[in-house]
Amino acid sequence: MSRRTWEIVLPASLVVLLAFVPKISADIPRLFNGPLNSPGTLQLLALCLLFGGVALTYDLLFGYTGLLSFGHAFYFAVGVYFTAIALTKWHWGFGPSLLFVAALGLVLPTLIGAVSLRVGGIAFAMVTLAVAQVGAVLVIKNPRGWTGGEEAFGTDYAALPDAFVGVLNTKNLYWLALVYAVAVFLIVRWAVESSPGRIWQAIRENEQRVEVLGLHPHRYKLMAFVLSSFLATAGGVVYLLLQTGPTPHVTSADFTLTLLIMVVLGGAGTKWGAMIGGVLYTYLNNRLGAVGDSSTVQGLPEVLRVPLSEPLFLLGTLFILIVFFAPGGITGLATRGRRPTSMRQLESSLRAERAEVTAPVQTTEEGA
Amino acid sequence: MSTFVLLTITGLGLGAMYFLIASGLSLIYGLMGVLNFAHGFFLTVGAYGTWWMELHLTGIGSIWLRYMIGAAFGIALGALVAGVVELVLIRPLYQRHIEQVLVTVGLAIAGTALVQAIWGADQRAFVTPPWLNETTDVLGAKVPNDRWLEIATAAVVFVLLQLFLRRTRYGLIIRAGVENRSMVQALGIDVRKAFTLVFAIGGVAAALAGALSNVYFGSVTPERGTSLLIFAFIVVVIGGLGSLGGSAVASVVVGLSQQYANYYGSTGMGEIVVILLLGVVLLVRPRGLAGAVAT
Repeated sequence: MSRRTWEIVLPASLVVLLAFVPKISADIPRLFNGPLNSPGTLQLLALCLLFGGVALTYDLLFGYTGLLSFGHAFYFAVGVYFTAIALTKWHWGFGPSLLFVAALGLVLPTLIGAVSLRVGGIAFAMVTLAVAQVGAVLVIKNPRGWTGGEEAFGTDYAALPDAFVGVLNTKNLYWLALVYAVAVFLIVRWAVESSPGRIWQAIRENEQRVEVLGLHPHRYKLMAFVLSSFLATAGGVVYLLLQTGPTPHVTSADFTLTLLIMVVLGGAGTKWGAMIGGVLYTYLNNRLGAVGDSSTVQGLPEVLRVPLSEPLFLLGTLFILIVFFAPGGITGLATRGRRPTSMRQLESSLRAERAEVTAPVQTTEEGA
Repeated sequence: MSTFVLLTITGLGLGAMYFLIASGLSLIYGLMGVLNFAHGFFLTVGAYGTWWMELHLTGIGSIWLRYMIGAAFGIALGALVAGVVELVLIRPLYQRHIEQVLVTVGLAIAGTALVQAIWGADQRAFVTPPWLNETTDVLGAKVPNDRWLEIATAAVVFVLLQLFLRRTRYGLIIRAGVENRSMVQALGIDVRKAFTLVFAIGGVAAALAGALSNVYFGSVTPERGTSLLIFAFIVVVIGGLGSLGGSAVASVVVGLSQQYANYYGSTGMGEIVVILLLGVVLLVRPRGLAGAVAT
């Protein structure tokens, strides 16, 4: 079979396999706490899939368009909070709430993006950070008692469709997360291969050149920003359904940094990389705590035991190691040894080699 | 009137801490182009170093002396950590700015988590020298004495840094490097030594802010570095990246507007006002107040 066919067959079989997980009662010791179809395991897997998708939305900005945003959490949080508020505080139905959040998910990034994309680089990073901080402060401020401040609040279950309520229905939420991940993947794949998508990648490589060619980078960057933010808002809605209610953590700058880590961990600028990064990070963040409590680690001397019991310490260290030794992320490691098969890969690997050859020359020139 | 005086002096105290963090951030960015996310971790190192030393100096009766020795220890530790970070983590990634920023992000997360693993996520009480807990009457306002310590320290650090930058050879290299790094290198000067130095100086200032924040808040927590860092970023960008004077002005503006808006408006207003200020400055003057090298 040709390479193109494999590219369709393999992911499709993976999705089919994942879709059947709630029907499999096999127990995988060490990897999961209970059987695959137990609510606890399904909940964890659903979170992994969800963040695989959300990480990919961030990769659309950072990896494909070269926009370093520190405010992606804001658009995710719009999905989480406004769905919860519309359902619980305004007593709207599920349908109208979703429509309202979808409208917000389009209007907010269009307005904010149009203004903040006027500046680039670090200034853009700071404006996005500032916008996200306004969101974080507002959530803590609890205007009109809508957000519930630091304590937040629980979603009103009565307003949700029955299929998404209760422990027994975790499998439906799992399927929802799977649908979300697949949808984000397909949309991002379609978008980056469309002609605006190619311009996003051109902007990442050399924005001035795009401008010289007579195109308006601002317009295309805004397109990427709105699409990525809208998909993140949708992810926020799924996240809310998976949880009992919103938490202020999703508005924090730390949350955006987490997405950045996921993308770099898996491989920025690649679809599979970002998803694998999101899945792996979420899994490790949830399961490394169990490793810390295990008897093997508890038996270690204190110097080793204390750091090993903190998942974020391990993840942060892993992240630094990846940046140092595998700049292409996990997927970059996997494809590194293979010979380039297509012209595009050949071209990009040549470019990378040329960069490696010329880089030391440049520094000696500067130093001389 | 008395409330206004209290708000002003408290705002200046807060601004003083912002300045101590922002000065290092600004110099590091100006010289090396690295947005240092690990700077909040340097503050945490200073804060916990001070706290730990003070706790273990049980042989010394005077709390003042214990605090001073503790702070000296915390500052030395901050300088050491910052210098080592530059040598081991930043230098190998020379000229690769995105990777350098990513490494500092990883360090901030791993470092904060490590402190949390060792001393717990909850805040620990900090023993403050008694005079700092008392108040002084200024125009009818009862001003907590620790504010004077913060303002005085920041002023001294500002003057020392200015003297260092204007009167010493290394200061000259740093200033020249902020203007045009390639030219300094072309003249045969090894700018990389200045990189380590600037990181160490930034570490000292941030650790000092940590030691002061222990007194200002009366406790130590692993999270404080990160939360102060966000406002320090805002201060640096408003002031103009790479400009020390700009950072000083911006930290006063940010500290004061935060206090006034939080009191005369409502809680949380202060943060929003500061953020709006950042947005306006960036859109009107993308290079910050001082107009130094941004973006």
